[in-house]
Amino acid sequence: MARTRYAPDRGLTTRMTLTMFLLGLVFVAFIALIIGIMAAAHVSAAAIILIAVIFGGGSAFATLFYSDKIALAAAGAREVTPREAPELHGVVDRLCALADMDKPRVAIAPGPMMNAFATGRNSKNSVLCVTTPLLEGLNQAELEGVLAHELSHVAHKDVQVMTYAGLLAIVAGLLVRFAFYSELFGGGRRNSNDQNAFPVILAIMAVSAVIYAISFLLIRLLSRYRELAADRSGALLTGQPSALASALVKVSQGMNRIPTEDLRTAQGLSAFYFAPALNLRDPRASLAKLFSTHPTLERRLEELEKIQRQLGQVDPGPRAL
Amino acid sequence: MGFLDSLLGRTKPVQPKLDDLFGLPSAAITLQAATGFTPTGSGSVCFRAVEGGTFGGIQSEVRDLLDMDGGLPVEVSRDSYGFTWLVSSHMSDEIEALVTDLHAVNSTLVDNGFGPQLLCTVVGFRDPEDRRLGLVYLYKRGTFYPFAPRSGQTRDNALELQVRGAIGDDLKFEQDLTKWMALWGAPGL
Repeated sequence: MARTRYAPDRGLTTRMTLTMFLLGLVFVAFIALIIGIMAAAHVSAAAIILIAVIFGGGSAFATLFYSDKIALAAAGAREVTPREAPELHGVVDRLCALADMDKPRVAIAPGPMMNAFATGRNSKNSVLCVTTPLLEGLNQAELEGVLAHELSHVAHKDVQVMTYAGLLAIVAGLLVRFAFYSELFGGGRRNSNDQNAFPVILAIMAVSAVIYAISFLLIRLLSRYRELAADRSGALLTGQPSALASALVKVSQGMNRIPTEDLRTAQGLSAFYFAPALNLRDPRASLAKLFSTHPTLERRLEELEKIQRQLGQVDPGPRAL
Repeated sequence: MGFLDSLLGRTKPVQPKLDDLFGLPSAAITLQAATGFTPTGSGSVCFRAVEGGTFGGIQSEVRDLLDMDGGLPVEVSRDSYGFTWLVSSHMSDEIEALVTDLHAVNSTLVDNGFGPQLLCTVVGFRDPEDRRLGLVYLYKRGTFYPFAPRSGQTRDNALELQVRGAIGDDLKFEQDLTKWMALWGAPGL
């Protein structure tokens, strides 16, 4: 392929690689620190760590394995057949044929918000869900843009990537708790068993808390980059970045009108949604940005405009893929 | 898509496979002998138009190119999904000319760097009982499948499987039945 308007976004790729590298680094540092603390103190707190890893890993993999069922149940969604929703299936059929990917199952959730999500442990078991207000509120091209964005999440295996990325935070979070409880309930045995146990467990707790905070921020950063990547792939798939941009604006506006009671139930699922279920426009927005699973609307629109210019090039000229 | 590509979230747009389309004329002869279906002479290319003037310019270029050969003018239509269909019509015995026309559309889009936008090509067939059949070529997979619509958005699955039995060896057929996408109201069918 000598010329292409579909050149990958190198900046985004670099930033994403760097984020993942940092997450890996934090992971390695975490293990090294824990081992170091234990070795230095000649204490075996291994049981606590082992339990945390087994619990954390187990729950992460269970969540991954049942992600489709969990998400559908949480959203109150129902799977629909092509006969029940011919239009929706038609759009998904065409997008999958364009992208040459397996068609996910399709579901509709009643939900009060305009939103969509895709989940599932792999492409064979993935499910794409849209809410009824989204189907009613968007026009055909906008809906296509949203579905293309969600299909890109499936193609990028985002549920898997984010589960693995989140593993560290889960284990670190559990360690803090376990260390705390073991201090609370195991306090009586401290003197008879091991003089060093108290400071060691305190150190493990502190390290875990710091690691949890760092990896939490990195995971959110990674999530925002993956949203941008899905926007990009989705817009290139349909060739209509403006339609996706317009859908984003509509969905975000819909978000801000929703009373907060409705939002709380959806926050846990936020990472897999098309738009964040939290209002980013409050006074603490700059801090919220750092914790958000999704980039700001402005940032996403800006990136889509870039793609629009890229697709409109008359002669993209020779460029290597 | 490779492991690294999905890890880094960079989907590569899929380039179309064009060559297998040329197997169609000989398969049409086999199909007629086996089932009595003959080409209607109409065929269409379906693609997702890219927004903006550049793509629009290329689209009208394709249209002019096809209209130059002095045959019936090319019809352009947009379906309810926002996809564009270019319909080329020939006499029913000119299926080779039809395939050449369809290929001209493909190659113009590919040459201009818009290959990933191609969805499928549909070539129409009819039998003496006036049943409709479309042979659909999926560009991204380079495979064919039959689509036999009946009234009221139902498909004649028996006929579709019969067609696969008749010409499944002549053409590269789509093995995965879930990819046999329904194309209701496809122009040229």
